[in-house]
Amino acid sequence: MASTETKEAGDSQDLAGLEAGLDALETTAGPVRTPVRQVLVQKVLPPLTAVLLVLVVWQALVSFKVVDDPSKLPSPSAVWNEVREAWLQGTLLDYIWTSVSRGLLGFVFALAIGTPLGLIVARVRFIRAAIGPILSGLQSLPSVAWVPPAVLWLGLENKMMYAVILLGAVPSIANGLVSGVDQVPPLFLRAGRTLGATGLRHTWHIVLPAALPGYLAGLKQGWAFSWRSLMAAEIIASSPELGVGLGQLLENGRNASSMPMIFLAIFLILIVGIAIDLLIFSPLERRVLRGRGLLVKS
Amino acid sequence: MATTLAKAAEEIRAETTHAARIEHVSKSFTGPAGSQLVLDDITLDVAPGEFVTLLGASGCGKSTLLNLVAGLDKPSAGTIATDGRPALMFQEHALFPWLTAGKNIELALKLRGVPKAERRPKAEELLELVRLHGAYGKRVHELSGGMRQRVALARALAQDSRLLLMDEPFAALDAITRDVLHDELTRIWRETNVSVLFVTHNVREAVRLAQRVVLLSSRPGRVAHEWRVDIPHPRRIEDSAVAELSVEITEQLRGEIRRHGQH
Repeated sequence: MASTETKEAGDSQDLAGLEAGLDALETTAGPVRTPVRQVLVQKVLPPLTAVLLVLVVWQALVSFKVVDDPSKLPSPSAVWNEVREAWLQGTLLDYIWTSVSRGLLGFVFALAIGTPLGLIVARVRFIRAAIGPILSGLQSLPSVAWVPPAVLWLGLENKMMYAVILLGAVPSIANGLVSGVDQVPPLFLRAGRTLGATGLRHTWHIVLPAALPGYLAGLKQGWAFSWRSLMAAEIIASSPELGVGLGQLLENGRNASSMPMIFLAIFLILIVGIAIDLLIFSPLERRVLRGRGLLVKS
Repeated sequence: MATTLAKAAEEIRAETTHAARIEHVSKSFTGPAGSQLVLDDITLDVAPGEFVTLLGASGCGKSTLLNLVAGLDKPSAGTIATDGRPALMFQEHALFPWLTAGKNIELALKLRGVPKAERRPKAEELLELVRLHGAYGKRVHELSGGMRQRVALARALAQDSRLLLMDEPFAALDAITRDVLHDELTRIWRETNVSVLFVTHNVREAVRLAQRVVLLSSRPGRVAHEWRVDIPHPRRIEDSAVAELSVEITEQLRGEIRRHGQH
């Protein structure tokens, strides 16, 4: 008896060693941090080159008088002067802040409405059959179409801007969550149920985290839609009480026939849209995907 | 009244003397080709602490039976009684990729109602049991296939069930890893005294692990034959006793499969 026990203890030791060896062989060392130099060369340099190229072509068009009318194509320096002037007058940040604060606040509202809506549509069959198609249909309706009715319903006020943002962003956010939930592997749902998760706990611990990547993609798109609808609303509905956001700036430029101001507004709209995506949504998405091993190397 | 009492008493007895009691269970699915009988009158008991493997070719309804015992589906006829809710392990590890290995185990503990303060030490203890002490903070994708299945085993054990259902849990692993995990599972089964109902189509695996091998016929699944395996532990996949019994069972299994080609 004693001999079998020692034999088994020996076997167990053997097994532990064997297993440790297998584990070591089959796992690779963690990802190495990419050196800063490499990041600069691979990630920062290409877009900078592209921007530079555009500037060079632009300057060339003006310098070699290919386009000879400053009211059609202002020189880069004229636009730069416009930037400087707005900066020195202290209005540049005001323009940006007016629009960004509106856009983000509207987006937060859209989030608060779109998330529960998406969850209900994804989980309740009747509601899905009832409003699912409408919700995806709304996504293809340009939200600028909502501006005229919103102005008539709510007047030229901030309320109307938020209404337009909501109508633009809520369908995207809700649809993102719906497709996220649809794509949850059934295995996770089964595993969750065998672990004893039912009802709301099942939704909270299994369905929502599993659907997170799809949801984030919806948020990203929702932000793009929010920003676009807001710009449409600002261009169409300008009123002194509303303050000057980027959309109004663009409209003011058109009224003043000032091409540099129009260019400034377009650039700012583009830059803000990209910056919010780069600063908020992309890092969030990367973090989630990397944590799940879904981002191999980017 | 008397009958319900008798029935309740019967149930209690079933719970105490069996980890699982499957009685005259049939299951049919309705498909486009009409109703199809998948399991036909299966009767099978798993005693407390017993290790039973269910063996069969494709279409014998092994996984269906396991789903029924797990309570994920209802039998068309017959009854299934288990001692509490069984834990279930799949062929795919089914670990949640948004949680670390340790948190996966803690989620199982949480859903079972273990207080927050006890979860972390308990999870570490279970990881220790499957010899993965350093893996608590590791994400699922950072672990190898064998390590994932061991975390999955730890998570299943975290449910503290009297019965562990395993649905070909090692089928997707390479042969060396599988062999090591066989030893590991045997060790853990003997240490924890949990009952195991293990589904496989690998005869050697069945013989190597089980105290009892149950062969199911295919379409519909019926209990075709049973063997007691008295080969002492530790067993090896290359043991002659394992090989001999495997040959015998394989012959029988082939006979079952051949019947389907004849008509």
